[in-house]
Amino acid sequence: MIPEEKFIKGIKFGILSPDYIRKMSVTAIVTSDLYDEDGRPIQGGLMDPRLGAIAPGQVCPTCGNDAKTCPGHFGHIELARPVIHVGFAKHIYDVLRTTCRRCGRLLLPEQELARYVRLLERLRDKWPLLANMLTIVVKRKASKIMECPHCGEKQFRIIFEKPYTFYEERPEGRIQLNPFEIRERLARVPDDDAILLGFDPQAARPEWMVLTVLPVPPIQVRPSIVLESGIRAEDDLTHKLADIVRTNERLRELLDSGAPQKLIDDHWFLLQYHVATYIDNELPRIPVARHRGGRPLKGVAQRLKGKEGRFRGNLSGKRVDYSARTVISPDPNISINEVGVPEEIAKILTVRVPVTPWNIEEMRRYVLNGPNKWPGANYVISPDGRKMDLRYADRKRIAELLAPGWQVERHLRDGDIVLFNRQPSLHRMSIMAHVVKVLPGRTFRLNLLVCPPYNADFDGDEMNLHVPRTEEAQAEARELMLVQYHILSPRYGGPIIGGVQDYVSGAYLLTSKATLLSLEDVVDLLSAAGYKGEIPEPAILSPKKRWTGKQLISLFLPKTFNFRGKARVSAGIFACDSEWCWNDSFILIKRGELLTGVLDKKAVGAEQPENMMHWLIKEYGSDYAKYVYDHMFKMFIRFIEKRGFTMTVDDVALPPEAKEKVKSILAEAEEKVRETIRKYREGGLEPVPGRTLEETLELEILDVLSQARKKVEDVVVNYLDPFNNVFIMARTGARGNELNITQMAALLGQQSVRGERIHRGYRGRYLPHFRKGDLSAAPRGFVYSNFYDGLSPIEVFFHAAGGREGLVDTAVRTSQSGYMQRRLINALQDLRVEYDGTVRTPYGELIQIRYGEDGVDPMKSSHGKAVNIERAIERVIGWRI
Amino acid sequence: MPKQRKFNILEHELVPKHEVLPPEEAARILKELGVTPQQLPWLRVTDPVARAIGAKPGDIVRIYRKSPTSGETIAYRYVVGY
Repeated sequence: MIPEEKFIKGIKFGILSPDYIRKMSVTAIVTSDLYDEDGRPIQGGLMDPRLGAIAPGQVCPTCGNDAKTCPGHFGHIELARPVIHVGFAKHIYDVLRTTCRRCGRLLLPEQELARYVRLLERLRDKWPLLANMLTIVVKRKASKIMECPHCGEKQFRIIFEKPYTFYEERPEGRIQLNPFEIRERLARVPDDDAILLGFDPQAARPEWMVLTVLPVPPIQVRPSIVLESGIRAEDDLTHKLADIVRTNERLRELLDSGAPQKLIDDHWFLLQYHVATYIDNELPRIPVARHRGGRPLKGVAQRLKGKEGRFRGNLSGKRVDYSARTVISPDPNISINEVGVPEEIAKILTVRVPVTPWNIEEMRRYVLNGPNKWPGANYVISPDGRKMDLRYADRKRIAELLAPGWQVERHLRDGDIVLFNRQPSLHRMSIMAHVVKVLPGRTFRLNLLVCPPYNADFDGDEMNLHVPRTEEAQAEARELMLVQYHILSPRYGGPIIGGVQDYVSGAYLLTSKATLLSLEDVVDLLSAAGYKGEIPEPAILSPKKRWTGKQLISLFLPKTFNFRGKARVSAGIFACDSEWCWNDSFILIKRGELLTGVLDKKAVGAEQPENMMHWLIKEYGSDYAKYVYDHMFKMFIRFIEKRGFTMTVDDVALPPEAKEKVKSILAEAEEKVRETIRKYREGGLEPVPGRTLEETLELEILDVLSQARKKVEDVVVNYLDPFNNVFIMARTGARGNELNITQMAALLGQQSVRGERIHRGYRGRYLPHFRKGDLSAAPRGFVYSNFYDGLSPIEVFFHAAGGREGLVDTAVRTSQSGYMQRRLINALQDLRVEYDGTVRTPYGELIQIRYGEDGVDPMKSSHGKAVNIERAIERVIGWRI
Repeated sequence: MPKQRKFNILEHELVPKHEVLPPEEAARILKELGVTPQQLPWLRVTDPVARAIGAKPGDIVRIYRKSPTSGETIAYRYVVGY
């Protein structure tokens, strides 16, 4: 049978009419009891078997299907008195105020009605949004008219009290309208007038907004859970429905026995409360319905709403099979393209492979190994589609049965392609394809160079892994998503993969002029890098053979590669503007030879556009880039390992003479601050335009202090040994900066909260240790001490205040930018670049005539520009000096 | 009627050059881009620039913009009544 092709042309929402509810119902629910003494569900109860089969093996009395295929069937409750549907209360209010209380007509004169009907008809097809606006206008106009133009009846003001009470302001006082009256009024509104109020009378008559019959959802929607102790726990909805049935039956009895009106009204009100909380249990101004334990019950609205609701939790995002999650840890010995997968996980994740004459022996081996021995297999699928679990099967027999046409769910093994992901998935590189490498241990292993795109570290980060199942998916992952195709970021057209921390220090130390390597060192480094080839001539032949680090780097560079550029260390006293410079901070690569310059963050670091690695990747391709990252970068960490790299307190110890200098700078600044405050007190301070006098003073003081800090920084930089390890890290960009070093060695500087000096606390002072109104530096959070000497308790307190603000800021910023990201993605996710270069929505609406207005793919551009002409010319005419 | 404006917004440096296309050219542009007028971004007649250049609903407006990526770019707008 060929299934008929069907297309969804549209979805229409309406309100269930009472007749429809009865029509689709299989039974009326008349008792709040669920089970009899034997534990069997009662007919006419909320667990009536006719509402759907749920237990395996049970046959549905309504449709004859078993539990797996029965879709479930609705029941209904005949409400003894109508109640307001809370979800529609606002619309009921609209209708009540815009229609006549006697004849039900819309409160607008006949000609005006006719005009609006014509207008609405014209608008509906072409501008549906405008049609909605028209109904709003109609409502606004009609609600102002206080006398019916049709029957002349005087209208009263309607008051709507959330969530479901309506009053009418009559001359004799405020009268509550009961749902019965409301329903009658709504029913009097003619279809033609309802259309003008925005109703579609076929799908939603106004009076259907007041419930007379309540649909009871199938058992599948509200399954009961059998606890381990054998006690049944019912779903929240079932509990709520039982409340409704109980109140409803009691109300019916009272009505039949002619009880006093007061009692009836009380029960009616209770029924209204139960129905309202069944629909939405987070209504304003009414108590939340609770479980016996005090836990709020979940209404229908709560199931749908919010992050974990049906829409965002189950429809927009789902949990998937063939995925794994565990802690990550580093492994510099695997390729950037690889991921280390624990054997334990490799035995759970499987790939389905068809048996062919070429792999049948291999597949037999997997089947014989079974599910517990890696590499094995978990299931076998026979040609007739039966799935056999190898845990319980006779594996020897199945291995013999294996033939082309069978399929084997074999374990993950080396060389398989998987997707690897770390949340938050903020950009494309947050999910990349890796090649599996099964390793011992219980963590995922990844190369340190791919930390930047994932923004991963190893302080307990976890990552997810997914196995693409079909050949198409595997091929796409391998050809499009593999790490090496994402070295260049589409964000700014530079490499996002690159060395961090020790890679940077290592590269610097290895390529530094001071490094001379013996033959043993060279052999060790090159073997760590996996270099295959000749060892070059040593740079120094006598008295001993010595090689430079630059020579080793050159072994990995293509023979046609040229590059000139400043290193990061090129600053201050080590600045170089050209290769003719002693400081060795200008990188010059000529025909694949690193001639001068050291490699540091700007050459090998991550997220550094237009650096050496960038041009290598652009000009020699991603396979070559992978080779460099996998081999040359190994040398950096091998070297830093051999040399040893650490920091001590002495690295930030200032000589006494420097300390004196710092002191005098600070004394000078203090004097300036005193002078400024004096000027302010005497009224000699000129306010900056647009600022008050106090603000000017603050700015002035902050300026003086920050200048002092800068001067101190210069002193520190001048006096510390530029070749101690802490300073090397700061200069090369491996970790920390000069400000950090100043804070350790000389002074912490001004602490701030909300960009101001710290001042809020006690009246006129931050802490009781200061005099009131003291505007000088120390009482307002200027910390004179440093981490080397230690802080005074008061200074610690200031530092903590500033530090806490930073923490709070990060927390707030991430949540804000996360929400912004979500909205941007929702708005832009369906846009695409068409073959004519335009950016369009799926409906063909034009967004941009050319992508980015210049049609350039930023990933393939050179740092945003379409071409780097300098570089292009250089490549054509060869090296220029 | 709107009051006499104090200044001409078209002369403001942040307002790019707008012009109403003659019908023949508008038809040509639409064909070139392969779009129906409704598929272009919309510009309201009540938009200050649309008023200033006297655009009417149904017109196509061409905008010459400065762009950081490509120097000058051209954008089109379909003038709508609301």
